[in-house]
Amino acid sequence: MSEALTTLIPRLRDICGPDGVLTEARERRAYDHDGLTHRRSLPGVVVLPTTTAQVAAVLRLCSGTGVPFVPRGAGTGLSGGALPHHEGVLLTTARMRRVVEVDIPNECAVVEPGVPNLDITTLAAPHGYYYAPDPSSQAVCSVGGNVAENSGGAHCLKYGFTATHVRGLELVTPEGEVVRLGGKAPDGTGYDLVRAVIGSEGTLGVVTEVTVGLTRLPERTVTLLAAFDSLDAGGAAVSAIVSSGVLPSAVEMMDALSIEAVKAFVDCDYPADAAAVLIVELDGPAADVDAHLTEVVGLCTAHGARRTHTASDDDERARIWAGRKAAFDAVGRMSPAYIVQDGVVPRTALPEVLRRIAALSEESGIRVANVFHAGDGNLHPLVMFDDSDPDGYRRAEEVSGAILDLCVEYGGSITGEHGVGADKACSMPRMYSPDDLDTFERFRRAFDPSGIANPDKLLPTPRLCGERPGVRKGVHPLVESGRATQF
Amino acid sequence: MRPVRSTTGPVDPSVLDDLAGSGPRPGTPGDVVGGVVPTVVARPRGEADAARVMAAAARHGLSVVSRGGGTALDWGAPPRSVDLLVETAALTGIEHTADDLVVTVGAGTPVAELTDVLGAAGQRLSADPVRVGGTVGGMVATGVCGPRRLLFGALRDLVIGMTVVRADGVLTRTGGRVVKNVAGYDLAKLHTGGQGTLGMITSVTFRLHPTPPALRVVTAAVSSRAHGERMAAALRARAVAPSAVALDWPSEGGAHLHVVLEGMAEGMTARVDGVRAALGGDTVVSERLPEGWGLVPARGTLGFVACPPAESLAAAERIGELVRAADADVLVRGSVPSGALHAVFPPGTGADVIATAAEGVRSRPGWSLTLMRAEQHVHEAGVDLWGEVPGLPLMRSVKDALDPRHRLAPGRFVGGI
Ligand SMILES: Cc1cc2nc3c(=O)[nH]c(=O)nc-3n(C[C@H](O)[C@H](O)[C@H](O)COP(=O)(O)OP(=O)(O)OC[C@H]3O[C@@H](n4cnc5c(N)ncnc54)[C@H](O)[C@@H]3O)c2cc1C
Repeated sequence: MSEALTTLIPRLRDICGPDGVLTEARERRAYDHDGLTHRRSLPGVVVLPTTTAQVAAVLRLCSGTGVPFVPRGAGTGLSGGALPHHEGVLLTTARMRRVVEVDIPNECAVVEPGVPNLDITTLAAPHGYYYAPDPSSQAVCSVGGNVAENSGGAHCLKYGFTATHVRGLELVTPEGEVVRLGGKAPDGTGYDLVRAVIGSEGTLGVVTEVTVGLTRLPERTVTLLAAFDSLDAGGAAVSAIVSSGVLPSAVEMMDALSIEAVKAFVDCDYPADAAAVLIVELDGPAADVDAHLTEVVGLCTAHGARRTHTASDDDERARIWAGRKAAFDAVGRMSPAYIVQDGVVPRTALPEVLRRIAALSEESGIRVANVFHAGDGNLHPLVMFDDSDPDGYRRAEEVSGAILDLCVEYGGSITGEHGVGADKACSMPRMYSPDDLDTFERFRRAFDPSGIANPDKLLPTPRLCGERPGVRKGVHPLVESGRATQF
Repeated sequence: MRPVRSTTGPVDPSVLDDLAGSGPRPGTPGDVVGGVVPTVVARPRGEADAARVMAAAARHGLSVVSRGGGTALDWGAPPRSVDLLVETAALTGIEHTADDLVVTVGAGTPVAELTDVLGAAGQRLSADPVRVGGTVGGMVATGVCGPRRLLFGALRDLVIGMTVVRADGVLTRTGGRVVKNVAGYDLAKLHTGGQGTLGMITSVTFRLHPTPPALRVVTAAVSSRAHGERMAAALRARAVAPSAVALDWPSEGGAHLHVVLEGMAEGMTARVDGVRAALGGDTVVSERLPEGWGLVPARGTLGFVACPPAESLAAAERIGELVRAADADVLVRGSVPSGALHAVFPPGTGADVIATAAEGVRSRPGWSLTLMRAEQHVHEAGVDLWGEVPGLPLMRSVKDALDPRHRLAPGRFVGGI
């Protein structure tokens, strides 16, 4: 342990209390990874503050001593965003789980960052409301983590992401200042810092309170299952639905390999020999849902769906979703190990990109199962490998990287919802120019001049990724501005 | 007429040389920005040209303001200086990938042109413009939109990517062209509503919506704040999914609530009935948006009020009371369930009246009032345009990071940024 950290520990105990600071290696071990389980790093120390004041005091201490910190919510992140720093403080919000207020007249809720996503919906549902962003991890993942990742879910196609629904934040800056941005009113004055902080992956400070908007439960919801004989046909149906004028709340798709995996695992009536299944959910005013359903069924049939099945009661709908929701786990049972990829392509490019992924899989002999948020072009190829084979991971990584390149080639993104974190920091140059990255870096430094907030995440650094030409170093813009005239 | 001032001396010939190719010319009183006549005006022919112009401005240390349609040049505080006015008119081009419901459009493109192109394909950008004659860049830089934000999101929620020329002339991109993307910081959110103080927007990518086949507007008179609140609460309690619930509350002639429904024609009867039941009393149903939907008048001082949504009617009432107590008029209009209202003061309304209304609103917890556009006598009287701005020190840091020498629209934004 570094000397700076050793001297910090008694002061951290003063701030968070003896039970709010974990120093034993055994205790710290439980925090050495997040949802990206193959990346591990033992945190220098773990703190579990219970109040904003404690968070602020911890960050002031870090900033005063130059010790890095990493925020952590529930640790379900899939990009290693909460991967600890071995000589830093891991600050978890696990003990900040108070629901401050559910305010129905203002259609919002105010919560501490450690509150699990689903708790908000559970509290709002008796009033006819829910919290729209619904990552599949919603029973465990924290609202603070959702804010940091700008998480979406199956229904973000229609309802948007965390950024669409958050109205206000309390942020403790890396220098330990407490700032309230936004509130119950949807807009503030000045730059929209609320939405600039959303998706910043813990690099701009620690979010200590969140005000989220609640959404009225729709009058009607129906779920449609359609089976296709080829992935191509399924992809073409998705493109047709998206461009038809219907806006479903969700359009999900699975390929043959995922169907096979799922059928061995849960009871869902997906046709065993289908090459693709499509799940389309529609919600809204009853008459609109009915009319749209007719249209979607027609489009599926026109694109060769050999079976469609519609469910409108909750149990039956849940059965359709059960297969989709179990997909990652099911593939996990099929293969000793796998990489979950998270690229995005324009929806019109889906059929073509899926063909090219199939070709990549064939050439390399690496199996790839496709489970994805088809409606917004967000692919989750599961790249399978045998981790007992010394070369297995590397070969899978190669295919996974090639899929990302495909996404960028088609004008898409290297991450649709899992974030950049530690996992993709070195992939950012695939998507952004050195100038774009330099702009991001300047923005980051505006919040974190000394570079202690979740370092080595989100942006590539020479230490992690090797030198890149054209990257700005040298005089910092803040220093530069110090020399310019101030007002 | 505003007295016109110029902040700099004669044009340095080497500046004109550096801008050659972008049609540089001396500024005239017709180019005035917030009372300031620019020294030089340039019109870059494209994105790369815009970057060259901005780089030249950086070399010469010039202050820069961009002009789109010129409909909001008097928004914000008057800039401290305008050495160079950059016209975006030639930054045009509409790249509409209709099947993806996405469009990338040059900042200088008139909003009306974009609307026509999208409309022809049965699609739309679901943000109601508040001004006529604006460009896409101007709309995004001012960041305001009308009442349909309720269902489709505010303008910022519809922006998925941007290209921006930085203060130092470097062309950068943020976001992308796909509807789902969390790679990197979402800097487009800062430029949206940033009034050009962090960079010059050259193109914007939006997510689009299909134009719904049917539209109905149910209008009811609102007799009092309490009456309006009852209607808003009753609407909330029903799953009628309105696109907008818009209040119009002038000083004279009584207040109205317009509930906009969009969707399939088949469903309209039932939804209209639901809305009428919620509103109670007499209602008028129309198949067209009211005249001037979402627009704010082009003249006079304009305030933007944000408050917790359940307090929208209380905020509208309070402004009305404060203004009427001074024997003046105000029109309050906006989205009730969003807590986002515009307060429109007729031209000539006294600075003291506006200051009183602004302070009266700002004194309530959770309410804010920003004077988006103020008449010159209001500026001269030193009326505070923004009130207290939470997070201002962070905003200054962001400005320092992206425009270290404070050359972009200096002084126009909150706290003199
Ligand atoms: C089975 C499974 C399914 C998933 N499904 C989805 C899905 O459908 N959609 C989706 O978007 N994601 C999904 N995820 C990813 C993950 O659940 C989300 O990214 C989630 O938002 C992370 O929340 P968390 O509390 O676990 O955050 P963590 O993993 O603890 O942290 C994530 C990031 O947020 C930062 N952070 C956490 N709390 C704070 C705070 N209070 N202030 C500042 N920074 C903070 C961390 O530093 C880190 O960078 C899934 C994950 C799993 C394991």
